[in-house]
Amino acid sequence: MTTAIFEKLQKTFPEAGIELVNNPSPSGQHSLLVPAAQARKVAEFLRDDPEFRLDYASNVSGVDNPPKKLKETVTRKEVVEGVEKEVKETVEREVPGYLEAVYHLYSISKKHGPVVLRMRTGDRDKDVALPSLTPVWKSADFQEREVFDLFGIRFAGHPDLRRLLMWDEFVDHPMRKDYVAPDDCDYEPTPHGEILARVQARGAAAGEVA
Amino acid sequence: MSQMLCSEPSAAACGRTLDVSLGPQHPSTHGVFRMNVTLEGETVVKLQPVFGYLHRNHEKIAEGNSWLAAMPYTDRLDYICPLTNNWAYALAVEKLTGIEVAERAEYLRVIVGELTRLQNHVAFLGFVMGDMGAWGSALMYAFREREKILDLFESLTGARMMCNYMRFGGCRCDLPPGWLETCKAFVESVPAFLDEMDALLTGNEILLARLQGVAPLSADRAINGGLSGPVLRASGVDYDIRKVDSYGIYNRFKFRVPRGTVGDCYDRFMLRFLEARESVEILKQAIAGLPGGPIINPKAKNRGLRPPVGEAYGRIEGPKGELGFYLISDGTDRPARLRIRPPSLINLTLLEELCVGTKIADVMVILGSIDIVLGEVDR
Repeated sequence: MTTAIFEKLQKTFPEAGIELVNNPSPSGQHSLLVPAAQARKVAEFLRDDPEFRLDYASNVSGVDNPPKKLKETVTRKEVVEGVEKEVKETVEREVPGYLEAVYHLYSISKKHGPVVLRMRTGDRDKDVALPSLTPVWKSADFQEREVFDLFGIRFAGHPDLRRLLMWDEFVDHPMRKDYVAPDDCDYEPTPHGEILARVQARGAAAGEVA
Repeated sequence: MSQMLCSEPSAAACGRTLDVSLGPQHPSTHGVFRMNVTLEGETVVKLQPVFGYLHRNHEKIAEGNSWLAAMPYTDRLDYICPLTNNWAYALAVEKLTGIEVAERAEYLRVIVGELTRLQNHVAFLGFVMGDMGAWGSALMYAFREREKILDLFESLTGARMMCNYMRFGGCRCDLPPGWLETCKAFVESVPAFLDEMDALLTGNEILLARLQGVAPLSADRAINGGLSGPVLRASGVDYDIRKVDSYGIYNRFKFRVPRGTVGDCYDRFMLRFLEARESVEILKQAIAGLPGGPIINPKAKNRGLRPPVGEAYGRIEGPKGELGFYLISDGTDRPARLRIRPPSLINLTLLEELCVGTKIADVMVILGSIDIVLGEVDR
């Protein structure tokens, strides 16, 4: 199913650079990696195409892929004491982290699915914008807000991109792998000290003994 | 204030609109859920749901625990229906690892799953009556039946609500002596109860006035809005995951998929009645066909499970809609990502669309007819 869609997408959008991501799991749910710039167009095509009619965006998930250090063994030739030798060397290479938004699509009219659509951001610390697919599937509305809230992907074109589960003043994105929860002792969601001072001042003005 | 006195055309500028914060502590919001409603007179002109009061971030907790340790947490999502939550998670892990499920366990899953659906729909009937102001009687009738199902759960799993019953490849424990007979006798008594509820409620003039024609929803909007389960089918969409995916052994049972026509509150209400009756049919067939044998696949590993690298999305037809788990394994003994697809949250996507233009008193009924549990909405 996904392969057939991939082939059709390749024909329809030859320039888009859509990739098929292999899933080695027994589930066999392979996914389509769509570049952010083309995602809206591809999503509209998938929704309206009479052959596939993926009219139902069931699930939107965020996935965090933190930066990784890859160790690679490199062989190079070096002249040691006048003799040419092959020297093996381990080189560490840093792969930048990225965030993913994963959409599980189904067709209610054709009763097939899931088709997995993925989009990837650039470096997860700087470049976290992706196009919103809420105008294509309304069901992505709250789910994209949740992904924004917990992962920090900014969905461009979302009608109302606010935090969904955490409160508005919260600054971090708790589902990221490197998130450190604040120490409960230091943590105050409302500035308790200020309020206490205000209450005591009011009490003192009314002549109460603290 | 009369229109004549207003120099500004907007209602807000004239002070003719009123902002009401419904919840988080409000008897009809089914938990800690808030709706910021803007009213013009009694008519809703804007509605903003506010989430997160019960947010515990199960998804993050799961990343720090073993694959099996996420199972008891699923009980606490939709705490009305713990066993279907167990099932959805077990199904997703089985997809991810390719574990086969023991034959007897498949039947046990269907039996407890349909009992869960039955008690959810029965409790729904009581709750929605409470939302309409008929507080007490209908709910007590409903809870009397629900209690019998919870007793069955307790004698089987040891807990009324936090069952933690399913395992990868099967179930945790076998039926205690006499359980099946008690269950069979109960299932046979359910149609009489449903008839009683039907006679008590559905012909009632007040109920009809409160439900019929309130917040109709077209099939196209329901599909685009991601609605699932009874709410989707009430809009006339023929989509039941038990039929479409035929996960487990649902292809062995004969049952019908009820559908509504206009998708108003009355259709959503009646659909639960009809689905409960179909659940009874499935239960009768499953109890009659229950085979012997082990309750868990002896090859299935639960403790110290390390699924192969990859990902899987597994879903079931929960009582409230499509409950799915999206799992990513990096080959270790902990999930790299565990995402819960919560039907209760996604069914609220169109809440504002449904409520705008109705009266404030209808908002409670509309919310009640969607059937949410906040443990699942906020996770």
